[in-house]
Amino acid sequence: MTSTSSIEAQVLQPYKYGFVTDIESELAPAGLNEDIIRLISEKKGEPTWMLDWRLKAYQQWTGMTEPKWANVKYGPIDYQAIHYYAAPKQQKKLGSLDEVDPKLLETFEKLGIPISEQKRLSGVAVDAVFDSVSVATTFKETLAAAGVIFLPISEAIREHPDLVRRWLGSVVPHNDNFFAALNSAVFTDGSFAYIPKGVLCPLELSTYFRINAQATGQFERTLIVADEGSYVSYLEGCSAPSRDENQLHAAVVELVALDDATIKYSTIQNWYPGDEHGKGGIYNFVTKRGKCAGKSSKISWTQVETGSAITWKYPGCILQGDDSVGEFYSVAVTSRRQQADTGTKMIHIGKNTKSTIVSKGISADRGQNTYRGLVKIMKGAEGARNYSQCDSMLIGDKCGAHTFPYIDVRNSSAIMEHEASTSKIGEDQIFYLRQRGLKAEDAVSMVVAGFCKDVFRELPMEFAVEAQNLLSISLEGSVG
Amino acid sequence: MLQITNLHATADGREILKGLDLSVSAGEVHAIMGPNGSGKSTLAQILAGHPVYIVTEGLVTFEGRDLLDMEPEERAQAGLFLAFQYPVSIRGITNAYFLRAGVNAIRKSQGLPELDPLDFLDVLQEKLKVIGWDDSFLNRPVNDGFSGGEKKRNEILQMAVLEPRLAVLDETDSGLDIDALKTVAAAVNKLRAPERATIVVTHYQRLLNYIIPDVVHVLVDGRIARSGSKELALELEARGYDWIKPEADVA
Repeated sequence: MTSTSSIEAQVLQPYKYGFVTDIESELAPAGLNEDIIRLISEKKGEPTWMLDWRLKAYQQWTGMTEPKWANVKYGPIDYQAIHYYAAPKQQKKLGSLDEVDPKLLETFEKLGIPISEQKRLSGVAVDAVFDSVSVATTFKETLAAAGVIFLPISEAIREHPDLVRRWLGSVVPHNDNFFAALNSAVFTDGSFAYIPKGVLCPLELSTYFRINAQATGQFERTLIVADEGSYVSYLEGCSAPSRDENQLHAAVVELVALDDATIKYSTIQNWYPGDEHGKGGIYNFVTKRGKCAGKSSKISWTQVETGSAITWKYPGCILQGDDSVGEFYSVAVTSRRQQADTGTKMIHIGKNTKSTIVSKGISADRGQNTYRGLVKIMKGAEGARNYSQCDSMLIGDKCGAHTFPYIDVRNSSAIMEHEASTSKIGEDQIFYLRQRGLKAEDAVSMVVAGFCKDVFRELPMEFAVEAQNLLSISLEGSVG
Repeated sequence: MLQITNLHATADGREILKGLDLSVSAGEVHAIMGPNGSGKSTLAQILAGHPVYIVTEGLVTFEGRDLLDMEPEERAQAGLFLAFQYPVSIRGITNAYFLRAGVNAIRKSQGLPELDPLDFLDVLQEKLKVIGWDDSFLNRPVNDGFSGGEKKRNEILQMAVLEPRLAVLDETDSGLDIDALKTVAAAVNKLRAPERATIVVTHYQRLLNYIIPDVVHVLVDGRIARSGSKELALELEARGYDWIKPEADVA
């Protein structure tokens, strides 16, 4: 007879994306020092200002200590054992996709991200990043016709230095925090997007990050600038092979929205979570922040976090422009021995700024899920409003859910609403659905999907389906 | 259709059913009555396969199959339906989606093609009329924010949609006003057919004015203490259950 224990058993499905691509890679020696940073900068053909910025970040980083306040436990990270640069060999300047190593195309195809000409996703422009380099960006011409710049950031630094230099570090400074400083010193690739004034980006922009090489870290940097009155929807996906050692991923994402611009940023994070005994998995220490710099601008974060051994991530919004809007919609799933400490920061500076936070945490097996959020209303933020809703769902009795909402209000006209709930996935709910003919795994899937609905409906179409499937894989394993 | 022989069952180590025998044939409506704690709801839950209850002895066959060996969803797919005494709510899932998922799960198990949302809507419209509801109930989350009476009607809607071979109604009448009671009864009567059967678990004779049973059983202390025609229900209404107990001991 099925009971809670078998619901838990369904949670422990194997990670589907754990394969390794057998491809020769060019690896920088392990360890971090100024020479490595010079090497990265040289490999990327960067101008001096970029190298100087990296070195400045590195110097600051050496004086910083790893933050320990998060509700996660992990062994010490040996930053000198990591390779900071790994690239698949025969990386010359590629004229077209035909010249991309077929093994790489195959890898992305296997991940459901076809990038070859005939199979590409319609309506989505993809930048595919493999270890430290971008291997392909699709639909470049279509985007160029609209005036949209969408490039690997390494190319953007060379081709649009003024734009990059103006905005890089403007939201997340090079010394923002330990992991952001590390990223600033060693970031290898990532995406850059610039949407010119008044342009509604004709395609969804998307970057897919894949870690492949062993004992490497991935340090990508993404910068998106939406000029006045523009709109862009950006999707980010990621995965990694199953390996016994932990791998570090320390990314930085910066978003800038000028007057009346809107950026919608969606993430499906599916890094390798480690095995059921907690061996291996990605350490995901990510700094994501958007600045609503202009009036009536809007930044919306939607994230579905199912992977990683450790997640440390707080996509936030600085609501500087009057009437600007920040949103955060999150589903975080932890099972096996996964630990997630995630949430958001909403900093209200402008008048009549609004923020919405909807967080759904699902913990199964021995997973630990923490929501940590800060809503700060500054003195000048007359008429600011915030609505926060944090719901946790527990599957089984060995997992945990924790909520730490911080509120700092310095203007008495602010209106704050906060709702929180914790529920246990009920044996009675599952039995009810099974009595109507649904298989146990479909029943769990339905209850979880219902729980996450408020977040899923914020995802772009292409992603909503993927997210639903991913959740099925993480929790039910019924999808074959 | 349903044959229960010498059924013993426990919950949390406590014996609730103590040698229950019951036989239901196709085309029949059986009413099961009895005092609180006699095991009526336990019987209903065991037939549906609730994991909390453990069968320690006995045999249950449903259309020739060993029911106790079947998973809850297999029982549902074989045509067994339980109208729950306390239906649970499911946030974020609309009633329409839920109903279609159930119908399609059962159709799939029978090798029938699944119904798409539009085809299914036609089916639903018809069934909604039976319980006197409009479309607005279809887009509300399953039982979420429903009143007690609405939840019970929703169970009957599900029954009407799923068209089970054997429907077990677990105190569906409790908490219903007279109009709702009539609606429920009409829906049950509509399903009456030579190839179907219904077991009505109830405290009150009132429901049996509208759903006329072929047989009335009295469950006392985990066993059927007495069976009779619909007049037995009237007698129970008038005299209570106490007079049954001695006979049970004799039996």
